[in-house]
Amino acid sequence: MDHIFGLVTGVLFGVLLQRAEVIRYDRQLGALLLKDMTIVKFMLSTILVGMVGVYFLVDLGLAKLSIKPLILGGTVLGGLLFGAGWGLLGYCPGTAGGALGEGRVDALAGMAGMLVGAAVFAEAYPLLKATVLTWGDYGKLTLPQLMDQSHWVLIPWFCLLGVWLLRWLHKRGL
Amino acid sequence: MAKIARGKPWNPYIAGALAGLLLVLSLYASGKYFGASTTYVRAAGMVERTVAPERVAGMPYFMKELPKVDWQWMFVVGIALGACAAALASGTFRLQAVPDRFAARFGSSAGRRFGVAFLGGVVAMFGARLADGCPSGHGLSGTLQLAASGYVALVCFFVGGVVVARLLYGQGKGR
Repeated sequence: MDHIFGLVTGVLFGVLLQRAEVIRYDRQLGALLLKDMTIVKFMLSTILVGMVGVYFLVDLGLAKLSIKPLILGGTVLGGLLFGAGWGLLGYCPGTAGGALGEGRVDALAGMAGMLVGAAVFAEAYPLLKATVLTWGDYGKLTLPQLMDQSHWVLIPWFCLLGVWLLRWLHKRGL
Repeated sequence: MAKIARGKPWNPYIAGALAGLLLVLSLYASGKYFGASTTYVRAAGMVERTVAPERVAGMPYFMKELPKVDWQWMFVVGIALGACAAALASGTFRLQAVPDRFAARFGSSAGRRFGVAFLGGVVAMFGARLADGCPSGHGLSGTLQLAASGYVALVCFFVGGVVVARLLYGQGKGR
């Protein structure tokens, strides 16, 4: 059942990504060159709707949060490395398959690279776990915990900030 | 479906908001958050297992992320199928080896583009696993749960990406 839910959710997400044209190399690089913010508009809209909906479900006891730990060594170094690779590839792990689906065959080379990257990481994991992944470990920290506020105090501010950012991008013609 | 048939791109705000709604419904239905990069670990383990099953079984990272098909694996496959169906239905399917922007800057050699894409894939996935997530797991699922790690990761993704994109394409208007 899990598999069918995953597949159906993926298909619907793939349709949205493809029709909003956010899986294309030209769009992804456009965002990184700060010239075409289509993917930022898409992501921010997803985040704002998801934020309200997910916390509703959690507060009603219908879902659980799943927070990834903040380990500065891993999150910062890994994040910067991911970004660098993303700039070269122009697709991300979720969208590369979608890009292949709309006929962009260069995504196949990227997917092969990502499999190799995952294999290399698996080899390096014991070493990294004892070093980089111990640097600055703050555990499963959330912003409401950090600011000592209820999430329903923060969420309206995030929504206002997000809408303001979207309006700003829209006005600048990005 | 009439809208799909025209091939004009959908409004990114509406499509993005619908994706947010989909994420919430999916969480309600299956308890799973969007993510993608763990799937590449599982898939790499499945490939390696065909050659060296005992070695894979003993590797700590493959014991943590078992080489098997799970919700997220099917989700990633679904994205490819959904994008393919939408591209065909909207007449925007296009077989292309070198993206326009890349070709305008670096020429139309498919070998060069494949090399850069492969290298980028290796670096991106190593980084994503070190950060414990990609733009789906951290960038969407993390930030919308107000996870500190999600915001730190998303900022680092863009900083790394902007630096490399500028190195590749320069700061000028070159498209």
